[in-house]
Amino acid sequence: MELDISLWWVRLPDMEQPTTGAGAPQRTRIVLAEVVRSRDHDRARAELAEQTQVGDALVRGLVRAQLALALRLSVVVAIGLGALPLLFAVAPTTSTVKVVGISLPWVLLGVGAFPFLVVVGLTYVYLAERNEQDFTAVVRRPER
Amino acid sequence: MGNPYTVPAIVAVTLATLAIGFYGLKLARTTSDFLVASRVVSPTWNAAAIGGEYLSAASFLGVAGLILKYGVDVLWYPVGFAAGYLALLLFVAAPLRRSGAFTLPDFCEVRLHSPGLRKLATGFVVFIGWLYLVPQLQGAGLTLTTVAGGPYELGALLVGVVVTANVALGGMRAITFVQAFQYWLKLTALAVPAMFLVLHWQADGRPPVTPQEGLTFPAATTVVIEHDATLTYADGSSKEVRPGEELVFQAGDAVPQVSDVDTAHDLDWLLPGNDAGGMFGTYSLILATFLGTMGLPHVLVRFYTNPNGAAARRTTLVVLGLVGLFYFLPTLYGVLGRVYTPQLLMTGETDAVVLLLPTAVLGTGVLGQLLAALVAAGAFAAFLSSSSGLLTSVAGVISTDVLAHASDRGPGQRGSVRDFRMAAMIAGLVPVVLALNVASLDVSQVVGLAFAVAASSFCPLLVLGIWWRRLTDFGAAAGILVGGGAAVGAVLVTILGPPLEGWAAALIAQPAAWTVPLAFAVMVAVSLATRRRTPPDVGTTMLRLHAPESLRL
Repeated sequence: MELDISLWWVRLPDMEQPTTGAGAPQRTRIVLAEVVRSRDHDRARAELAEQTQVGDALVRGLVRAQLALALRLSVVVAIGLGALPLLFAVAPTTSTVKVVGISLPWVLLGVGAFPFLVVVGLTYVYLAERNEQDFTAVVRRPER
Repeated sequence: MGNPYTVPAIVAVTLATLAIGFYGLKLARTTSDFLVASRVVSPTWNAAAIGGEYLSAASFLGVAGLILKYGVDVLWYPVGFAAGYLALLLFVAAPLRRSGAFTLPDFCEVRLHSPGLRKLATGFVVFIGWLYLVPQLQGAGLTLTTVAGGPYELGALLVGVVVTANVALGGMRAITFVQAFQYWLKLTALAVPAMFLVLHWQADGRPPVTPQEGLTFPAATTVVIEHDATLTYADGSSKEVRPGEELVFQAGDAVPQVSDVDTAHDLDWLLPGNDAGGMFGTYSLILATFLGTMGLPHVLVRFYTNPNGAAARRTTLVVLGLVGLFYFLPTLYGVLGRVYTPQLLMTGETDAVVLLLPTAVLGTGVLGQLLAALVAAGAFAAFLSSSSGLLTSVAGVISTDVLAHASDRGPGQRGSVRDFRMAAMIAGLVPVVLALNVASLDVSQVVGLAFAVAASSFCPLLVLGIWWRRLTDFGAAAGILVGGGAAVGAVLVTILGPPLEGWAAALIAQPAAWTVPLAFAVMVAVSLATRRRTPPDVGTTMLRLHAPESLRL
């Protein structure tokens, strides 16, 4: 609903500009300034909201980027943690290695796993927010 | 046990819970306050509250008990319980918050506009919630019996009544404060005694956890046998024992193996890959815990209290850190339990290790008793907070989908505060009755099954709903029915059915490895077959789920 209203705001001055522009200069200038500054932005938002081809492509791109990021980090976890049972089964000697007197599986699963998960999480939050910033930047300057 | 501090500590935790709930009640003025804390809870409070709610009896008592019994293979429980939040962060957190859905049925409505699917989801939320609630109440009963000698029914009833009253009177806002308080209480209750335990272990000259000659009793111990069994001693000799028989061991005596108690010994305990289910069981557990967390109703309901998607993401990250911090501790208790409370390996009551370790290590002096009381208080906090969260979410769906429907407001309309209170009563009564009547279930096993059901029903729904445009209502319903239904079937067979042997046992005891892929496959296949039912507004929904708030769309 909000989106429709903003669209209406953008188009109305566009159409009326030639006739009313000369008649009331003071008033028009203020309106014009407001509209010009936000028109590109609003048009892009309108495209997103109206599901035009451009808007649709933008959203699909964002979703794909975020999904690819999530999947890539899942693969990191799948290899980093998910491969451990396999490793211990295939190469049993790895589980008898000792780190500061504690055998390796205990160190990896009991201690190492948690900081590892937090680091992956931190990476995700950083990169996901960057994807969103990129998206916002494209939407605000659709011509580039 | 004769510890004079335990009962006051448990009473203090219960009173503090009620007091904070009452304080929250004074603040909760509107229906919105009541249900979603008016969305003004800060990320740190919210994260502590999520952590407090999540760390249940299974985490506080069960994990240490499992580690004492089975060793390195069950370290996947705490790792999976924490990693579940990473999966939640990667695939669900921000889009779910942006969807504006308060519960899983709400999400079905937002994404697929299907009243039928909404009802199905409501059914699963209630099933998972109750499946998770029953062992919490039973754990409470068991704790009270262990530490204070009170009757089992009293503990279950006490937690049930306190939690139901608190949820019904204070709603979610009160719960947020209560949960956050309880996270820190639980962390303290394990961390402080753990420091003393480790110092004492150092002072003892670091007795080995897996000594060459097998486990020995650290002090004179009397073990009362409860079932007919065969004891096998370290020298190979064996002895038949009868129920009620008292065995007296001196300090330094070897710990015999008891035939009817399933435990891992020596190298089996120390090294991975020797448990009964084998690698299938391990991977099934990993899948259930990694993917099940996102489908737990009491976890999702919290995301609505974040102001926006970015905050939801940051909150989840903080939760991951808090939960990870907590899970360092149960491992320590499980390992030290081998040295100081080996008699639990003979009785099989390893869930009590966290409760018994402080007095076993530090003696029955004031320090040991105070720390034991602190641990007992933490255990009660675990029961209270998890049960509150579960009850809030189950009551939430009952009030919005069942009661509101019955009173003609239609599904999806927020019910009145009165509806919510009535729903809380209903949601609390059923598990209390079940806990008092169903035979005692193993806490961690049942919680693991709840994770498996969540991973096979709501995980595919959320992941595909958020990332895949072609999901249809038929596809979602079919996936939930087939995958979730298979997992529910496995749960019922495990709890009610006869004991199974061989591969069937592994497939039923840890069903996630086949039910999760099944649910995903069915959901995708049926969605593709019913392509024409794709919601026409899927583009708008996707935009709403994924567009950053900075656009102010």
